[in-house]
Amino acid sequence: MTSPAARGIGMAGLLFALALCLALGKLILPEGLIRPPEWLMQPFADWINAAFYFLQNDLGLMSLTRAFSDVVEWLLDVTANLLYGKSRWPNIGPIPWIVIAITAFMAGYALKGWRLAALSGGTFVWIALMGQWKWAMETLSVIVVAAPFSVFLGLLMGVLAWRSPKFERVLNPILNIAQSLPHFAYMIPVVVFIGVGPKAGAIVTIIFSVPPMIRMTLLGLKKVPEEVIEAGKMAGSTRWQLLTRVRIPTARSEILIGVNQVIMQCLAMVVLASFIGMPGLGQKLLQLLQSLKIGLSVEIGVTIVLLAVTLDRLSKAWALRLPEHGAPSAQWLQRNRLLVVWIALCAAGFVLAQLAPYLHEVERKQALSVAGPIDAAMDQVIRIIAPVTAWLRWFLITWVLIPMRDAYLWLPFTAVLALLAAIGWAVGGMRSALICLAYFGLIAMSGWWDRAMITVYMVSISVLIAALIGLPVGIWAARNPTRAARILLTCDTAQTFPSFIYLIPVIMLFGVNDVAVVAAVVVFAAVPIVRYTIEGLCNVPPELVEAAEMSGANRRQTLWHVQLPLALPTMLVGANQSVMFSLFMVIIAAFIGTQDLGQEMQRALSSTDVGKGLVLGFAVAFMGLMTDHLISRWSDDRKRALGV
Amino acid sequence: MGQHLARTGPNVTETVISCHGVSKIFGPDPGAHLARLKADPQTSSVGYVQAVRDVDLDIQRGEMLVVMGLSGSGKSTLVRCLSRLIDITGGTVTIEGQDIATLSETALIDLRRRKMGMVFQSFGLLPHRTVLDNVAFPLEMRGQDRSTRYARAREMLELVGLKGREAYFPRELSGGQQQRVGIARSLAIEPDIWFLDEPFSALDPLIRREMQDEFLRLKGLLNKTIIFITHDFDEALRLADRIAIMKDGRIEQCDTPDQIVLHPATEYVAKFTAEIDRARVVRAGSLARQLSGAAEGEAVAATRTIRDLARLLVADRREVIPIADREGKIIGGMNRQVALDVLLGEAT
Repeated sequence: MTSPAARGIGMAGLLFALALCLALGKLILPEGLIRPPEWLMQPFADWINAAFYFLQNDLGLMSLTRAFSDVVEWLLDVTANLLYGKSRWPNIGPIPWIVIAITAFMAGYALKGWRLAALSGGTFVWIALMGQWKWAMETLSVIVVAAPFSVFLGLLMGVLAWRSPKFERVLNPILNIAQSLPHFAYMIPVVVFIGVGPKAGAIVTIIFSVPPMIRMTLLGLKKVPEEVIEAGKMAGSTRWQLLTRVRIPTARSEILIGVNQVIMQCLAMVVLASFIGMPGLGQKLLQLLQSLKIGLSVEIGVTIVLLAVTLDRLSKAWALRLPEHGAPSAQWLQRNRLLVVWIALCAAGFVLAQLAPYLHEVERKQALSVAGPIDAAMDQVIRIIAPVTAWLRWFLITWVLIPMRDAYLWLPFTAVLALLAAIGWAVGGMRSALICLAYFGLIAMSGWWDRAMITVYMVSISVLIAALIGLPVGIWAARNPTRAARILLTCDTAQTFPSFIYLIPVIMLFGVNDVAVVAAVVVFAAVPIVRYTIEGLCNVPPELVEAAEMSGANRRQTLWHVQLPLALPTMLVGANQSVMFSLFMVIIAAFIGTQDLGQEMQRALSSTDVGKGLVLGFAVAFMGLMTDHLISRWSDDRKRALGV
Repeated sequence: MGQHLARTGPNVTETVISCHGVSKIFGPDPGAHLARLKADPQTSSVGYVQAVRDVDLDIQRGEMLVVMGLSGSGKSTLVRCLSRLIDITGGTVTIEGQDIATLSETALIDLRRRKMGMVFQSFGLLPHRTVLDNVAFPLEMRGQDRSTRYARAREMLELVGLKGREAYFPRELSGGQQQRVGIARSLAIEPDIWFLDEPFSALDPLIRREMQDEFLRLKGLLNKTIIFITHDFDEALRLADRIAIMKDGRIEQCDTPDQIVLHPATEYVAKFTAEIDRARVVRAGSLARQLSGAAEGEAVAATRTIRDLARLLVADRREVIPIADREGKIIGGMNRQVALDVLLGEAT
């Protein structure tokens, strides 16, 4: 045993004992050690509000944001006119739905072939026939404007960060926090500066989706092989030529993966932006869920899922497409065959739409909605399983959720801090212990301790259940390569759905309460666990498994002693994502009734209280960052120990 | 080290590249470290890597110099110092009389656009461009218009035997073909100085042999100053006018292949040459001694290797065989016994 490690465990043990003493001795503890005392709390919210007030009024930032938002608004009007015929310049829309469906079909065909063509064309046909065209186009018109902005901003900042390591050092922590702030935290400042409506929705979407683009641009630029750059230099490129003709094109794949992530983030945010008055699919879904119209919300849910999968597959196909040579002597017509076909089909579409108005716009009463039958069928199903779900709900609430919540709330805050310090020390020594203390100490100082503990309880119970489901599923799936591939594909697809979607089935089954929230979070959080368990197990070098088998290990022994230890670092990445996802989901689920930070955040949103909203957002971000720190630290240590 | 003996290459003596005391140190403050080392060579170099140490080298116009060394010996760094892809820590590199360290960025770019071409070990092709666009890339950087640069690129592709592959993308070609694209690209601007950094190392042995032949053909067609890096001694012997052997950033010996084989300057070089079949390297010319009397019988060409002459050496009964240079003039005589010793691998 090396002495530093032994000392680390010893200190961690000591801290753990302290936590235990504090918890057990709660009765004799002074009040100041149980709840964060008044003097500890700092008016962070007031400070933030003062800063924002200063920014808003004294720095002239208002006019800048107004100018920017005017540009965005103008663009939104153009796309709105083209896509669903809002009466704005250029006043030529709406484009008939059949033309858009044809375009989507041709894009799919050009990027990947018939199957993607069928998926993307089919998605738009479904949207039109179900009578959801206008809502979907409202949503899409924002993505069409927001995504290019984010891509451009991300590319710009990525290049700047690559050029200047100093800028990168400043940017990195900001990106870390930005990527762990819940969606709502972004909305409140935007509401203050811009107001509510599609414009605010577009701007919050742009801000929210920039970080992954910056990350991917930076990664791509750093990965360009040295020899390619040297070849560029030896060809006599200037710095600008080197950047625009060598580095950026060579980083194409990473940058396009960034574009894919931007689009998916945009979709997720646009759907949620309904909370700040963004019309479209998200708003419709929110209204329907609030009035418990299950049939219609299932239809909208299917639309959102189809859109998500289509956008993801299209942009991914674009990113992963490798260039292929054409015939060297081909004529223009031959080289641009698909373009010509597309133009011809679009022209035909326009003509047909003139002749048959049904192909131009499907009226609400002509829609093929199947909401009625779905409702009826769901009623039947729910009636049949109602005893089970009712019992489950009762059992979970009475015997698991409420006792756990009470236990979390009962714990003195000093005991929680000591426990976190103990975990930190065990994982990464004094530095990690201090990091944990700092993050949770700030939460205690914010004055939202009880709310934060409710969030922690929701997240921990959900991740626990998700792991109990996800690990066996992952292990089972990894046994067989075809099964593994199939389940990985399912996980990938499930991860493209905006988080909002997961609420539909659980509300259907459990109604509006804590059980529904936990169920939604569990499903959402189980996906990364399954996925990384499979990836971890499948990437164990086969010769190690063979060596274990030749040593006479049976399947269980191989799994326990060889595969799981080696897969652990990868599985930890999954656990990390799982915690992040549940944090986001718990906050989003607030609108169906929880008493955690999310509920307070919604209140802050409706009263546009920037300070409060951001304090709550940071509290959530700190929980995420602390978990991220602990898990990555542990996983890195494991990786180093395994020499991978 | 750095001694320049009489060469047997083409008859030119104009120095194109000249290195004087060139050093390259990697580390936190290389300049200060070099100064410390100069003051006291025993200074500890912990935290620093001395990639190139005090190299003197003159490269003549039209010469082919092969820089040979194991991986980590500093040969790739040295060649990057010559083209200023890396800024040197100490010493001077002059190209056609101009100190390249003093060149401004624009002047350096201009020098590369007019005079230099380079081929890379893993090809360094731009993955998003077609073969034609890759070859035309240096011309595009120079701002030449589309039709001229495509015409020139086509010409180059024909030269390296890739006609018909213009519209392909690099990933659609085999390794050997990709390197042909790299070669075509490096030649597109008609450079005077041609750097090749282990161009054939990433290829499998059969293709490597084929590419070496191809390279020799191109070398014969184009009269260029060539700096060729390799870790393969056989390749060096096959291609070089002169070989510089590097170890730990220093040049151990820089000489013609037969001098290196016959008279290794250091133990390290001797170890390298020990396994080599000398008969294939040593040429008749290097065994020529002053003739004491008149030469009898037919002369052999100085450029032929002892291996080429094997049959003659065994069958001939003369004690001394006359050697003739390219014009047929007798330059000396070769002792048959000495030549036989070389042929049979006996110590000389």
